[in-house]
Amino acid sequence: MNFIDKKIIMDDMALNRALTRIAHEIIERNKGVNNVALVGIQRRGVPLATRIAERIAEIENVKVPVGILDITLYRDDLTTLASQPVVHRTAVNFNINDINVVLVDDVLYTGRTIRAALDALIDLGRPKSIQLAVLIDRGHRELPIKADFIGKNVPTSRQEVVSVFVKEVDGKDGVVIQEITDP
Amino acid sequence: MNQKDLLGLKELRREDIETILDTAVPMKDIIKRDIKKVPTLRGKAMVTVFYENSTRTRTSFEIAGKYLSADTVNLAVSTSSVQKGESLKDTIKTIEVMGFDLMVIRHSMSGTPHYVSRNTNMSVINAGDGTNEHPTQALLDLYSIREKKGTLEGLKVAIVGDILHSRVARSNIYGLSKFGCEVRVVGPATLMPPGLEKMNVKSYHSLDAALKGVDVINILRIQKERQQTGLFPSLDEYANLYMLRPEHLQAAKEDVLVLHPGPMNRGIEISSQIADGLNSVINEQVTNGVAVRMALLFLMMGGSKNEVAN
Repeated sequence: MNFIDKKIIMDDMALNRALTRIAHEIIERNKGVNNVALVGIQRRGVPLATRIAERIAEIENVKVPVGILDITLYRDDLTTLASQPVVHRTAVNFNINDINVVLVDDVLYTGRTIRAALDALIDLGRPKSIQLAVLIDRGHRELPIKADFIGKNVPTSRQEVVSVFVKEVDGKDGVVIQEITDP
Repeated sequence: MNQKDLLGLKELRREDIETILDTAVPMKDIIKRDIKKVPTLRGKAMVTVFYENSTRTRTSFEIAGKYLSADTVNLAVSTSSVQKGESLKDTIKTIEVMGFDLMVIRHSMSGTPHYVSRNTNMSVINAGDGTNEHPTQALLDLYSIREKKGTLEGLKVAIVGDILHSRVARSNIYGLSKFGCEVRVVGPATLMPPGLEKMNVKSYHSLDAALKGVDVINILRIQKERQQTGLFPSLDEYANLYMLRPEHLQAAKEDVLVLHPGPMNRGIEISSQIADGLNSVINEQVTNGVAVRMALLFLMMGGSKNEVAN
């Protein structure tokens, strides 16, 4: 598939401000962060979760645990994909029972990734609550799922692709809308 | 990796082996969790058909399938219609039309899995065919070595024992060679197959000479069921010359790993001090075997290869 960049919807400044706001909202919602952990979804949810945790540490002086969740084995489309996606490691090295877990991902779209993430998380324990933070909500949900913390709502068409870039993976920060140019 | 069957390591590309080993890493994490189950292969069915005895390989495949939520069935050959004279081809067909997606087969005749593969649409995994190959054992050996040493590249590996009858040795030689390992084999001259030079393997008859500077020692089981008479005088004499004892490790590297595919004949090819010693990874090999088989089942049943073929 070929893409053309259509529009920049967040530059590096905007992306980082959105993460700062989400950090504040997580603290506010949970009345502090003493019983909160962040879990990033592979791959770009992981650096986003780490950065939100850094901001929370600056604001509240508390280090919240950060885990990594790989949802490949929980996908609902494995048998229809042409080739198998790469399985990454899951690393949630703390007990999630009875804590408030904030799942972090880059883009919320159909909701199927989050459905898989909920199953994957519940196989690790029984959190007190699961909340969802996403950098971009682009609509087009296929499941009854909504985010608790949103960086930006971006109306899109299904022909468009929302690409999030983060320094840790891509060498730069930003969000662009791209369009598939193939017929 | 996108292939219907796993028949041996001879034909498998290095990249595919790496994909299998990489995928086995997160699979091993699942085995160590409280809830040892993921829904990945829900709705898939696999059958294990073993014409030879087995504890770990068959159980390992079965539990690997179950951890991934596949339905697994074991066909007990000794109580099956095979005993009434049903041909292998008819048995395969019967299993296939029950809707199985994958078949794991072990047989005393080399080439049986290849024959099965030609006669079915199911995926086929070779769990040991005669003296030819035992690819999943070699994969778990490679995994165990890579996990401890960090890499396979350039390691010196000695394989000890009955090389002639050993499918584990052959699969290991094929696999290790693809990663640039120096493979040595050691055992009595009567238990060495012809053509070792062509496989780029050095053969030794003295254990001390073979173990000099090695990173890994893989000890083979003396397979009493495959011994014709006269290949070596007695088990006692074999043990005198080739049983791995603590003093042999002095020639090897200090952090040498000792592997054994099991089941062990303690006091014949391996001493108990070695088997239960600090260099032994024999028990961990079994855990790794489950992880590697989970990776394989996921890679072979997880995607839709039919779509690619069309």
